[in-house]
Amino acid sequence: MNPTGLALGVALVLGVFAAVLGAATRKHLRARAVGAVTALCGAAGTIAGISAMCGTRYYAAFPALLPLSGVTITVDSTSGLFLAVTGAVAFVSAVYGVGYARADANGRLPQAVFPLFVITMMLVVSAGNVGALLVCWELMALCSLVLVLTEHHRRPEVARAGRWYAVMTHLGFVAILAGLLVFTAAADDDTFPALRVAAHHLSPTTASVVFVATLLGFGSKAGVVPLHVWLPRAHPEAPSHVSALMSAAMVNLGVYGIVRVGFDLLGGGQRWWWLLTLALGGISAVYGILHAAMSTDLKRLLGYSTTENMGLVLIGLGAAGLVADDPVVAGLALAAALLHMVNHAAFKTVLFLAAGSVQRGAGSRDLDALGGLSGPMPFTTAAFGLGALAASALPPGTAFVSEWLLLQALIHARPSAGAAAVVMMPIAVAAVALTAGLAVATFVKAFGVGFLGRPRSAGAAAARESPASMTAALGIAVAVCAVLAVLPTILLSQLGSLASGLLRTGSPAAMDGIVVRLVGVSGALSPLMLAVVSVGAALGLVAVVRLVLTRQARRAARLWDCGAGPLSARMEYTATSFAEPLQRVFDDVVQPETDVDVTHARESAYLVEAIEFRNRVLDRIERWLYTPLLRAVSVWAAAARRLATGSVHRYLGYGFYTLCGLLILLAVTR
Amino acid sequence: MSALGIVGGVVQPLAVVAGSPVLVGMMRQVRARLEGRAGPGIAQPWRDLRKLFGKEPIAPRGTGVVFRAAPYALVATTLVVSFVAPLATVDSPLDPVADLFAVVALLTAGTVALALAGLDTGTAFGGMGASREMTIVALVEPTLLVAVFALSVPVGSTNLAAIVSSTLRDPARAISPASLLAAVALVIVIVAETGRLPVDNPSTHLELTMVHEAMVLEYAGPDLALVELASAMRLGVFLALLANLFVPWGIATTAGPFAVLGGVLALAVKVVVLGLALAVGEVFLAKLRLFRVPELLAGSFLLALLAVAASFFLA
Repeated sequence: MNPTGLALGVALVLGVFAAVLGAATRKHLRARAVGAVTALCGAAGTIAGISAMCGTRYYAAFPALLPLSGVTITVDSTSGLFLAVTGAVAFVSAVYGVGYARADANGRLPQAVFPLFVITMMLVVSAGNVGALLVCWELMALCSLVLVLTEHHRRPEVARAGRWYAVMTHLGFVAILAGLLVFTAAADDDTFPALRVAAHHLSPTTASVVFVATLLGFGSKAGVVPLHVWLPRAHPEAPSHVSALMSAAMVNLGVYGIVRVGFDLLGGGQRWWWLLTLALGGISAVYGILHAAMSTDLKRLLGYSTTENMGLVLIGLGAAGLVADDPVVAGLALAAALLHMVNHAAFKTVLFLAAGSVQRGAGSRDLDALGGLSGPMPFTTAAFGLGALAASALPPGTAFVSEWLLLQALIHARPSAGAAAVVMMPIAVAAVALTAGLAVATFVKAFGVGFLGRPRSAGAAAARESPASMTAALGIAVAVCAVLAVLPTILLSQLGSLASGLLRTGSPAAMDGIVVRLVGVSGALSPLMLAVVSVGAALGLVAVVRLVLTRQARRAARLWDCGAGPLSARMEYTATSFAEPLQRVFDDVVQPETDVDVTHARESAYLVEAIEFRNRVLDRIERWLYTPLLRAVSVWAAAARRLATGSVHRYLGYGFYTLCGLLILLAVTR
Repeated sequence: MSALGIVGGVVQPLAVVAGSPVLVGMMRQVRARLEGRAGPGIAQPWRDLRKLFGKEPIAPRGTGVVFRAAPYALVATTLVVSFVAPLATVDSPLDPVADLFAVVALLTAGTVALALAGLDTGTAFGGMGASREMTIVALVEPTLLVAVFALSVPVGSTNLAAIVSSTLRDPARAISPASLLAAVALVIVIVAETGRLPVDNPSTHLELTMVHEAMVLEYAGPDLALVELASAMRLGVFLALLANLFVPWGIATTAGPFAVLGGVLALAVKVVVLGLALAVGEVFLAKLRLFRVPELLAGSFLLALLAVAASFFLA
């Protein structure tokens, strides 16, 4: 057993041990025991992933473990990347959970399922055959569903979110199952090497069916529009450390599936597949960030931002597949997509954990009821601020580097890639650019309204900082974010060779110490230099102003209140009012619902007693696509109910006629 | 890191810091004369800055570290851009930072810092200014990125020095359809980004129409001086970038003293011409309603997109 296998084995054993601890230990010890052991499990998973990325592959087969197909474990460098990200997010979430779960999610069930969720995610990416992949995928979905439902007895929305999630994840599973079974039927057995061989003699139609089915299935897990509706419901309602795990680790597995099936097993394939991927990615990115910009619920905002970022990743994957004839640019696009996925995992962990800390400290996650947290919650505020910087693609933030790489890939896509690519690339760039602009506004709103200014509710005024384990976890996640932001070169060389392995080409980017220099096309960026120069300029400026220009001490003074006495928090801009101009601009797209009820005094219609204003931004895709669909399903179900009269004779009759029908069908078709 | 780059890294920030307030003074003077006023003279912004730096620093109650740090972040990001971008010399002291995307993002980062400061005050004006500014930025940044993209596709690089020297080598590129469309789009977004008419009126203090002034309402003394200096510098840097992306001639390509001096003079001439054109235009323009601004910006976004399409199809 090589180091990769050893570390993976240790992670799995620790995960199971943590689950046993969660089920068996006493209440006061539970959070600490589960948190500590799950953190070790995550760390072991990260080590296994890094070891696999460095070239130590692991292979094992357990034919007796699963009927029909057995279980094959294959950890190659692609698995390694996802394994490392999952492990790292699990490590941070578990440390955070020590303090967080003790108050909010300390039941036997959630504590026992949390480590199981972590190891099922690790197993999904380590699975080496279709049977194991599907079983682990389903187990992962069930574990996450149980975790989403943790607080269902306290809030009815949780149960509703859980229902959406359960249905959507199973529809996605059906799509994956159908796609992969069609694929497996053409192969000798269901292991990945056999599938790779089978892909060569697959008919184009079958290959397309396999790809589209798996794209939809895996895309629904990644929260891609229009299959995203569960994400902004389920992610916010889960306990925050679970939200972080879902939003930063689980959605990546959707990307894993698309990369594994599309690039690895099917080996690229037809151009329109990737046009479809690119289009879905572009729509998801813009639609996701637009809704994030309108959201006032902090965790819902982050959920929509996950859809946005997965959209950006899909744009990268689509571009890579589209320009596969040009190996340099394709490798660059794929590496950019994977880097963005890793970066998203890092900053989304920070943001969700900070949001959980706010929910715990201030008792609300409604931005309209927050504010003024920088005093009482300095660590959380700093962490969220840095996370927001990372998410808004501004230097020296984390997402800036990966979006820069993505744009470089789109720029260097040559017209030789075909007319479709020439038409799609400007549209993709417009989507990325719109996303970048709206992301800035979104995260200024989230940070500025949520954390700065004056508290808008009693809960926010009485906020208190979270315990040490939570702030420590936030600190670790912020540190990882910062390293990724200034030294992406550490990771990028690995991602480059990974991408070139998947596309069977040369490495797209060379690491020149601290400068990201592209290979084959011109382009260079040094995030470290950029950060150092910016910080240096700011510090130098502070020194000049303080030491040379003004030496007096600051005097406290009143804010400008128009001479009308002290300002109250009711006069502040809220998240709703902050987003109102944007909402007007994109009125036609989001179609907000606004009601104004004016109650007049009984004496005169000119006197107003009360004004009630309601403003809701509903998910339009949900209204247009899912509401009719759900209505159709219930109509159909009501019709079907007439068949179920309760008479046993009748049911036996149904069985008989169905059997006869099938036999006749077989007799006719054979 | 060439000698020319190092010279540029020293000369450009000095020129931008010293020259930008004068540029603003000239624009105000031209407007004043055209509107039939005498005007305070072109050195008035510098006199204002000297006065403000001499005042006592004020900390409005209830504001935090974000409010204190924002003016420094705003000036620092603009300084970094004037340090790395090819304004007077074609080489950059830090070539891997002189990327057009990085420069656009850095300038946006400065705006974001100021918007956060506006929210940090917790007043209605601060929030209002921040909200409006971010709405404009959310529409300006896409246009900037797409226009940048249109300029980069023919060159095959987003490096500023590469774009500028490519236009120097191949002057016909400056009048290609992609380039012209991108230029118009960039002019519109620069007007929006620097808060000039018809998007924002830099000389207004009329409460309901302010954008930039609403955000910075709480600043006084040295902090206000930094904010004022930064907005002048941003105007100068944006105009200089615009000039050099389309009309780079005159920029220093060797490190000799005359070449560098010529580069600085050429920069000054180009920026002053653009600034005066802007000032003359402002005399004849009224401010747009806030909710008409997005239409203008959507138009410029469309132009930028057409520029990209042109650069792909006509390549």
